[in-house]
Amino acid sequence: MFAAENGLKGDPRLQAISDAIRVVPHFPKQGIMFQDITTLLLDHKAFKHTIDIFVDRYRDMDISVIAGVEARGFMFGPSIALAIGAKFVPLRKPKKLPGEVISEAYELEYGTDCLEMHVGAVPPGERVIVIDDLVATGGTLSAAIRLLERVGAQVVECACVIGLPEVKGQRRLNGKPLYILVEPREIDGCC
Amino acid sequence: MASQDEQDPRISKISSAIRVIPNFPKPGIMFQDITTLLLDTKAFRDTIDLFVERYGGKDISVVAGIEARGFIFGPPIALAIGAKFVPMRKPNKLPGEVISEEYSLEYGTDIMEMHVGAVQAGERALIIDDLIATGGTLCAAIKLLERVGVHVVECACVIELPELKGRERLGDKPLFVLVSST
Repeated sequence: MFAAENGLKGDPRLQAISDAIRVVPHFPKQGIMFQDITTLLLDHKAFKHTIDIFVDRYRDMDISVIAGVEARGFMFGPSIALAIGAKFVPLRKPKKLPGEVISEAYELEYGTDCLEMHVGAVPPGERVIVIDDLVATGGTLSAAIRLLERVGAQVVECACVIGLPEVKGQRRLNGKPLYILVEPREIDGCC
Repeated sequence: MASQDEQDPRISKISSAIRVIPNFPKPGIMFQDITTLLLDTKAFRDTIDLFVERYGGKDISVVAGIEARGFIFGPPIALAIGAKFVPMRKPNKLPGEVISEEYSLEYGTDIMEMHVGAVQAGERALIIDDLIATGGTLCAAIKLLERVGVHVVECACVIELPELKGRERLGDKPLFVLVSST
C-alpha cells in the first residue's frame, strides 16, 4: 500500500523523497534500473522527511521492535527505532552476527541466500516493523517475516521507501501489510 | 585525551549493554557485540546523544559511516546535526561511479569505496564506526575523504581496543570513543 493512497496524498514530502532518489541504469547487471537511495541520504531534508513519515505512522502503534534488513535497512531503521522508543534488531547475511542465531533461507533469481537473527533479540509477542530500503519480489522481506514469526513475534507491517512494480496493487506480503513511500523513478527516454 | 575525562554517567550503562562473545570470528578474539546495546533503548539513545552533543554546532556537513555497523550509528547522528550521511562500502555495492582505497587486513587486503560526488572539497567530515581495532579501516576512510579534499575533523567510535594501537595508526587525526575495552 502506497503512502499516497493512505493519508498522504499530495504530501509534498513524498515528491521531495522521490526526487532525491537516483536511478543508475544497468546495475548490478544489464536491464536493471537500480534505485539508489544514497542520494536521499545526502539530502538532509528529504532524509528527515523519510524518517518522519515512518515515525508518524508507527509511534502510536505500540511497536517495540524495528527489524532492519542488512545493509540498507540499517540506514533507516535505527533512526525510526530511536524516535519511537523501540529496539533495533539487525537482520544480517550469514556469519556476521556473533553468538547464537537462527537462519532463514530464501530464493534469489539464481540460487539461495540466508538471513540471520540473534536468538533472544525478540521475545515472543513483541510487535515488530520490518524495514528495508526497497521491496522488489518480496523474497528478502518474506524471509524476515518468517524469522520473526518463528520466534513468536508479531510482524505488524513491512515498511519500505521504494516499492517496485511487482508489488504494486498488493497491499500485503505473506499476509502482512506493506507500507511503501514511493514508486521507482524512471529515466526519461530510457531503453 | 579524546574520551570523556570525568566519565559521563551515561557511559557505564552503555558499556554494560555491550556483550562480549569469546572466540568470534575465530579463537582468541573477544568480539564486542553492539547488538545488545541496540536492544537497550535508553543506552542506544544515550550513545547517539553523546555523539550529537559533541558534534552539533561544529559546522560538520558530512557523517561518513563504515559498512555495516557504521550504518547503524551514523544516520541518526547525521540527522540530528543536519549533516549528510555517506556510506563507505565494501566493493561492488555502491552503484554508479566510485573511488576505491585498498587497505591491509591481518591476512591479505580489502577495498573500501565511496561514491564520486557524494562529498565536496572543503566539507568538514566525521567518520563513524562501532569499533576501532587496528585502525586500518578508519585509515582507509580518512584517505578516501582526503583524496577528494574533505577535511576529516575526527573519527568517532563507540568502542576502542587500545591494545591494538589504532589511535596511533590514525596519526594526527583525533579519535573520540565512548568505551575503552581492555
